[in-house]
Amino acid sequence: MDAWLTPEEWTAVLLSLRVATVATLWSLPFGLLVAMLLARGRFPGRALLDTLVHLPLVLPPVVTGYLLLLTFGRRAPVGSFLAEQFGIVFAFRWTGAVLACAIMAFPLMVRAIRLSIEAVDRRLEQAAGTLGAHPAWVFLTVTLPLILPGIVAGMILSFAKALGEFGATITFVSNIPGETQTLPSAIYTLTQIPDGEAGAMRLVLVAVAISMAALIGSELLARRIQHRIGA
Amino acid sequence: MSLEVRVRHRQGGFLLDAGFASAGGLTVLFGRSGSGKTTLANAIAGLNRPGEGVIRLGDTVLLDSVRNIFLPAHRRRIGYVFQDARLFPHLSVRHNLAYGTWFTRHREAVAELDQVIDLLGIGHLLDRRPSGLSGGERQRVAIGRALMASPRLLLMDEPLASLDEARKTEILPFIERLRDEAGIPIVYVSHAVAEVARLATTVVVLADGQVVRSGPARQVMASLDIFQGQERAEAGALLDTELAGHEPAYALSVLQAPAGRLLVPLLDRPVGAPVRLRIRARDVTLAVRPPDGLSAQNILPGRITAIGRTDGPVVDVQLDCAGDLLIAQVTRRAIATLPLEVGRPVFAIVKSISFADGSDMGPPA
Repeated sequence: MDAWLTPEEWTAVLLSLRVATVATLWSLPFGLLVAMLLARGRFPGRALLDTLVHLPLVLPPVVTGYLLLLTFGRRAPVGSFLAEQFGIVFAFRWTGAVLACAIMAFPLMVRAIRLSIEAVDRRLEQAAGTLGAHPAWVFLTVTLPLILPGIVAGMILSFAKALGEFGATITFVSNIPGETQTLPSAIYTLTQIPDGEAGAMRLVLVAVAISMAALIGSELLARRIQHRIGA
Repeated sequence: MSLEVRVRHRQGGFLLDAGFASAGGLTVLFGRSGSGKTTLANAIAGLNRPGEGVIRLGDTVLLDSVRNIFLPAHRRRIGYVFQDARLFPHLSVRHNLAYGTWFTRHREAVAELDQVIDLLGIGHLLDRRPSGLSGGERQRVAIGRALMASPRLLLMDEPLASLDEARKTEILPFIERLRDEAGIPIVYVSHAVAEVARLATTVVVLADGQVVRSGPARQVMASLDIFQGQERAEAGALLDTELAGHEPAYALSVLQAPAGRLLVPLLDRPVGAPVRLRIRARDVTLAVRPPDGLSAQNILPGRITAIGRTDGPVVDVQLDCAGDLLIAQVTRRAIATLPLEVGRPVFAIVKSISFADGSDMGPPA
């Protein structure tokens, strides 16, 4: 692979994998929580939360990226606060790419998990309660195993979306080789320079291969889980 | 362990305002669908929270609206066998059974897996998934799962309703053994008169969210006019009898009750065994003189104690046969022409083949 991809291309591929993986893992607990709130919660502001979560899906990615810049930029209110208090910097760092990808992929993850939560037969949870299980245990031993296929689907969708995210990322953290130049940014750059077609094509093939592997992997995993659940 | 229930619970346009007490054994909540029996069972389990009322199990207060006490379902230790089994699809039968034990403290755990498996005959299913089980097997595993949580009370919501006759016959003896051997009080929701007759120690009859009658099974089953529509054909009194002997030559057994001797199809039980017998009201014929030359084998002398509503073609008549209460369904025409009146001595005639399918005979509750 080293000989086939140039070092810069290789860096972009690895960075993209890292960004997509970290973004997916970080979104998971939040995605689960929000999906649970939207599927089960009855509280004022639920519709607003629903809208906010889905906003990145309908907004132009550039707009989302720009809003991130306005919020988490170095001189922006939240960005400067995080930098001073916790030393966390998003702007023009790979962590910023993670944030952008996570937010762009969030609605997909939430949707998948929420659908699977809504499909859970709540009477099974009631039954678990009558057997002495505290609600927290009911969630861990009944709800969570039953929504596992949805969680896996949500993670795969989120990973794939994060891998392909371009507009918000390039707007928020630019296109710095080795720091924020992800696979799509690298392909875009290669298409903009003379004699870049070969490199672009190589990266396109890599992107296709990773995406297909993710899809096949998720399909196999989902089948195994379905079999275990016995559905 | 005693159970005391008194609740008022509004659910949409429906008002449940019911109460009963049970000293143990098997209490049937009887009523047609929509009468509030499941709502009442859910209140006992803690799956709903009645606006007003008191529920007490032994010396534990499960609900007291005045003192604002509401024990959540998971702390009540009340096993619940649902109509639709509700086994966990992601767990094997073994883990379904074990589920309740994960949350039971050791000093409270009394159920032994081996005993429960043996009682319900589910040993060969342990490694299977619920999706591969038949309806009857599922229901037995569901009963086992509830028992393994070492409940202080077992609720069963129409556990046989979704099963065909063959499966019902398969499970009924298990429930009888449960009632007689496990020592756990059972509250059993049903709309089937046959199950009530077979299983109940105490019967609570519900209609439109209210208790219309409650008491010992024999007493309630011998009351008039509590069964309407389809159930009326199944109405009938219960007799506690003793197996007095067999007549193998005729494939018959002899049951002795205070009311008299009854010949029934041969029972596979030892002489001296107690047998609870249901005599369907529609299988009882009445005669005002001692009948003679009949093929019917059972003739019980008695006296009419009550006559039911006379607004339809069929009328319920209650008889006292030496202390045993019987019900007969006769035509209104027969009432008028014989005539039948309260106090008149009569003879109740019951064909032995009324008991041919054996479903009306079981151990006493």
